[in-house]
Amino acid sequence: MMRGTGTLLGKEVHRFWKVGFQTVGAPVLTAVMYLLIFGHVLENRVQVFPGIGYTSFLIPGLVMMSVLQNAFANSSSSLVQSKITGNLVFLLVSPLSHWAWFTAYVGASVVRGLAVGAGVFAVTVWFAPFHLAEPWWVLIFATLGAAMLGSLGLMAGLWAEKFDQMAVFQNFIIMPMTFLSGVFYSVHSLPPLWLTVSHLNPFFYMVDGFRRGFFGVSDVSPWLSLAVVGGSFVLVAGLTLHLLRSGYKLRS
Amino acid sequence: MAAVRFANITKTYAGARGTLRALDGVSFDIEQGEFFGLLGPNGAGKTTLISILAGLARASSGSVTVMGHDVVTDFAAARMALGIVPQELVFDPFFTVREALRIQSGYFGVRSNGPWIDELLQSLGLADKADANMRQLSGGMKRRVLVAQALVHRPPVIVLDEPTAGVDVELRQTLWQFIARLNREGHTVLLTTHYLEEAEALCGRIAMLKQGRMVALDRTSALLAGTVSTMLRFKTDTTLPPALAAVARITGRIVQLKAQDAAAVEQHLAALRSAGINVEDLEIGRADLEDVFLEIMHGGRP
Repeated sequence: MMRGTGTLLGKEVHRFWKVGFQTVGAPVLTAVMYLLIFGHVLENRVQVFPGIGYTSFLIPGLVMMSVLQNAFANSSSSLVQSKITGNLVFLLVSPLSHWAWFTAYVGASVVRGLAVGAGVFAVTVWFAPFHLAEPWWVLIFATLGAAMLGSLGLMAGLWAEKFDQMAVFQNFIIMPMTFLSGVFYSVHSLPPLWLTVSHLNPFFYMVDGFRRGFFGVSDVSPWLSLAVVGGSFVLVAGLTLHLLRSGYKLRS
Repeated sequence: MAAVRFANITKTYAGARGTLRALDGVSFDIEQGEFFGLLGPNGAGKTTLISILAGLARASSGSVTVMGHDVVTDFAAARMALGIVPQELVFDPFFTVREALRIQSGYFGVRSNGPWIDELLQSLGLADKADANMRQLSGGMKRRVLVAQALVHRPPVIVLDEPTAGVDVELRQTLWQFIARLNREGHTVLLTTHYLEEAEALCGRIAMLKQGRMVALDRTSALLAGTVSTMLRFKTDTTLPPALAAVARITGRIVQLKAQDAAAVEQHLAALRSAGINVEDLEIGRADLEDVFLEIMHGGRP
């Protein structure tokens, strides 16, 4: 069934690429807006890591935020749209297994996440000096983070029956968790309570580990981040695969 | 080996007013190469049964096999053997007709399916729409694409769930010619339809469902022969006397009365005359599947 999985992955990539202006172009523009506004206001006032300007600090965070949000958006919106318009039936009558569904939907989410991340990076890199101290962390955390959010999006897509339920998931879970993950600040500048709360947020470890790849410094050890992000991915993937296998809200 | 085997299928839904039994112990086989009709009024459980066959729903108890493969435990092989044309007019708005067919082929692991896709497009009158986006097609064209999508992997068993609902005459002709050809070539066809004349013309064997139970299963010819064989038909503007109205099938001005033999015909005519009913276009005809259907569904009343 390798070919079936490949077809579904290709279809999912093709789907977002056909409306690339909206699925890749728009998030890149949004990230640039954040950079221009926050960078302009805070460049000379905030220094998170010694010797690193605020704009330089912000760029990796924005790239990672875009990767995560778009990975989530891809699998979740595709699945909900197919459920609502009814064309999911073409997939439901196919011989594809739950593994094939998972691999294809999450794979397309990773492709979209990385495409948007690369786009944001390509545009923002001109605004501040950058270097890649430990580039392998960049690749590992971007891919793993996108896979985790793609899987979470698939789960949300299975659960949601309407677009507004999906909006609830996106606005009340995904947005707060990404914004409070240390994209715009170092969590060490937070009061103790919020510092503790941040350490419970898996998104914090994704952003911190990703940033490590650029600056060679991070709030926590990248190995700890890798363990937390990897562990969360395994947990979410396991649950998503279970839901797919049981036909949750797919097969009555 | 049966093409499709339903073994003691029940399906219950938990609802606000207790459990609803959509299917209640349905069992029958469809042999390979058959053109089989599944009939019943709305809510009889036809679509539920087909959904269980296709893996879109799960039976509460009982089992279904397609070409010997269980639809739950051996779902991949069962679905490879099955082509389903869904009742709803669904489509993926992101793709063209040809893209949709290529994608569907891919799901079934079929590589380089170009020639067969071309043949499907040709046979279903879609050749000039191959590169049109699905959104631009009319309802009838979308229906044809659904048929093509169900056939991309050349399944031995084809299921059509009310394929001609709301479809124009031309498409019905094209569709039935094509499906009849596939049946002649050895494909097994399972059809649900509201058009009883289609079922009568096409299906060799028929099962009828009523409130989740099977109430008839026989060869079409046997069903037609086994019940009322002749009908007295006429038109009238006058209201029938209660004794006649109770046994008549009335469609607007058209009245049909069952009549086994010449004596019964004479009896009806005498009753009409004595009631002073003005009768037009009187004819005596053979009972059709609709008469059989109504008799079975309403228990004896034609």
